[in-house]
Amino acid sequence: MSIRQLFRTLNGMSSFAVLHGALGCPVYWMNTDGGGLPEANGNVQRSSRPQRGRGRVNALHLVLPEDADSSPRPRRGRRGGASVHGVIEARGLTKDYGEKRAVDGLDFDVRPGVVTGFLGPNGSGKSTTMRLILGLDAPTAGTVTLDGKHYRDFAAPLHEVGALLEARSVHTGRSAYNHLLALAQTHGIGKRRVNELVDLVGLHEVARKRAGQFSLGMGQRLGIATALLGDPATLLLDEPSNGLDPEGIHWIRNLLKSLAAEGRTVFVSSHLMSEMALTADHLIVIGRGRLIADTSVADFVQRASGGLVRVRSPQALRLQELVAGPDVSVESGEPGVLDISGLSAQQVGEIAAAHGIVLHELTPMQASLEEAFMELTREDVEYKAGEVVTEEEGAA
Amino acid sequence: MSNIVHVVAVPRLATTGKVTQARVAVSEWTKLHSLRSTRWSLAVAVILTIGLPLLFATIVGSHWAHMAPRERADRHPLDIALAGVNLSQLAIAVLGVLIITGEYSTGMIRASFTAVPKRLPVLWAKLGVYALVVLVLAVPSVLIAFWGSQKILAQHHILQISLTSPGVLRSVLGGAAYVVVLGMFAMAVGAIVRNTAGGIATFAAIFFVIPPLMNILPASWNNAISPYLPDAAGRDVFSLTHGPHDLAPGPGFALFCGYTALAIAIAAVLLVRRDT
Repeated sequence: MSIRQLFRTLNGMSSFAVLHGALGCPVYWMNTDGGGLPEANGNVQRSSRPQRGRGRVNALHLVLPEDADSSPRPRRGRRGGASVHGVIEARGLTKDYGEKRAVDGLDFDVRPGVVTGFLGPNGSGKSTTMRLILGLDAPTAGTVTLDGKHYRDFAAPLHEVGALLEARSVHTGRSAYNHLLALAQTHGIGKRRVNELVDLVGLHEVARKRAGQFSLGMGQRLGIATALLGDPATLLLDEPSNGLDPEGIHWIRNLLKSLAAEGRTVFVSSHLMSEMALTADHLIVIGRGRLIADTSVADFVQRASGGLVRVRSPQALRLQELVAGPDVSVESGEPGVLDISGLSAQQVGEIAAAHGIVLHELTPMQASLEEAFMELTREDVEYKAGEVVTEEEGAA
Repeated sequence: MSNIVHVVAVPRLATTGKVTQARVAVSEWTKLHSLRSTRWSLAVAVILTIGLPLLFATIVGSHWAHMAPRERADRHPLDIALAGVNLSQLAIAVLGVLIITGEYSTGMIRASFTAVPKRLPVLWAKLGVYALVVLVLAVPSVLIAFWGSQKILAQHHILQISLTSPGVLRSVLGGAAYVVVLGMFAMAVGAIVRNTAGGIATFAAIFFVIPPLMNILPASWNNAISPYLPDAAGRDVFSLTHGPHDLAPGPGFALFCGYTALAIAIAAVLLVRRDT
C-alpha cells in the first residue's frame, strides 16, 4: 500500500494537508476549527490524546488521482551496472558524548529508490547519526558504511553523498555563490554547475548576498543546493523543510520524490510525522538513540492502530454474529455501531453484502501517523512537556 | 490519470572528478578572497607595513636637527624601515586564527569536511594559500617600506643604508619571512583552539604576554630562556644587530620555523581525531 492510498482512508490526519489534485495545483485543506493557517511546517498542536484511532469521528476521505507510485523506477544510467549504489548500512552504531549516549546500537539499512524517513523526537539522535554517516563524528562503537565503504574513504565524496545538516554549515560572511563555488572546486566542478543549482533552488537574485543575511528558508535552499552540487547517489537531509514556507515544503517534497524515483537513496530526517507521511515510503524511527521501528509507512500505521474497521448498520447485531471468528474481535460503543478488528473493510463489506445487510458506514479506522508515532515514542521522548499540558490534553 | 509527483528535475552533472590537493587549494583561495574580513585584514597589514616607516622617517627627518647626539645614535634606518612589521604582524596573526576558527564558529567546517572528509588536505591548503598570499603581499611591502623610508631620510641626508650592506637585504626580506611563518603559526593555534577569542588570546599570550614576563625572572634565567621563545627567535631574522644572548638570524629563524612546524603537527593530529 502506498502512502497516498493510505491517505484515501486516513482518519484524523494532520489538520493541514497539502494535496496535489488533478488540476496540478496544490489543494489546501484545513480543519474549520483550525483558526487560520497552521505553521508552515505543519506542526499543528493537537488537543487530544492519541486514542489509537478511535477518537476521530469526522473521517476525512481524500480522493486522490492515481499516481505513478507503482510504475517501475528507472535505475540511474550513469552509475550503471548491476550493483546497487547508495546503500547505507549501520551496524551497532553507538556514540557517546561524555556520559551521555546519543546513539545506542543502531542497526538499519537505507535502500536506494525510495524516500526513507528518519523519525524521532527532538534529541533522539537523528542529527548525530547523520554526522556519523558523514564521518564528521567518529562512532564510539559499531560502524556505518555507504556501499560498504566509510565516508572518509571516498575519493569523490560529493558525487556519492549530498548532505544538508540541521545546524547551518555556511560561513555567514560569504555569498551563496562563493560558498557553492568553493565546495564545487574541491571536486573540480565548474561555475556552470553552481549557477544551475542557484537557479534550481530559486536563489538567483540573492546569490551574491552574504549568507548571513539569509532567512531560515533561504538558508535551507542554499543547503539543498549544496547537497545537490555533486549530483550524488545518496542524499542525507536533516530536517530539510525547517523554516520553509508551504510552497517551499511542497517543492522539497516533490524534489525528494523525484530524486528517489531516479534511483537515488534519499534519507531524510524529521520530527514531524505528518511531513514524513506525505514524503516517505519507508520509516526508520528512533527514540533516545535506540531503534524503535524499521518499517514501511503503511505497516507502521497498521501496527500502531491494529487495523480497526468501523461499521454502522441498522442490523448491527446480526452482522456481529456473522463476522465472529477466532481472530476477530468486535466492540460496540453505541447501538448500531461496531468496531471490528481482525478483518479488512473489504472483508466486512463482502460478508454484509452476502447476507443482504444494509450498511450506513464502513470505515477503515487507522491511527493518524502522528498518533502512531506518539504512541510508539511516548516512552522515549527526551524532553517531555510539563503537567499543565498533560491536563489540558486529558480534558480535551 | 495524473501524476502526483511533479518532477523537479535536477540537472545532471556530465563529468565527475576526484578531490585533489590542488583542487582543495583552489577552493581555499576562493574561500579566502571571498570574505570581507580577509580583504580588510590584509589591507590593514599592507598599509601598516608601508605607512608606519614612511611616517617615522618623516618625523625623524624633521626632528633630526633638534636631537641630541645620543638620541641620534639610537636611531637605526632598518628599525625605521621595519617598524610596520611589528604592528602588521598582529593583523596577519588575527587573520590566520580567523581563517580557521571562522569555519568552526559558523559551521562551515562541516561543509568543508563533508567535501574533503580526509580533512588534512584542507589544513595544508589553508596553510599554503595563506602563506603564499602573505608572502606575495609582504615582500613588496617591506621593500617599498625600505626604499620609501630611505628616500625620505635621504632628503635630510641622514641614516642612509644600502641593501647590499651585510645583513640588510636579509633583514628586510626577513621581515616578510617572519610574518609569513607567523601567519602559519597563528593558523595552527586557531586549528588547535577552534575558537576565535581563544585562538587570538592564546596567540597574544605566546607572543606579547609571556616575553615581557621573563624580565621578572633572575637575569641568568631570563638570558637562558628568552632567546628561545618563539617571538625572540622569530625576530632574529629581521634584526640587523644581535645582543650577546640572542641567537644568530639563521638558527633563530630555524627555531621559529620549528615551533611553527610543531604547532602545525599538533593541529593536524587533532584535526583528524576530533569530532566536528
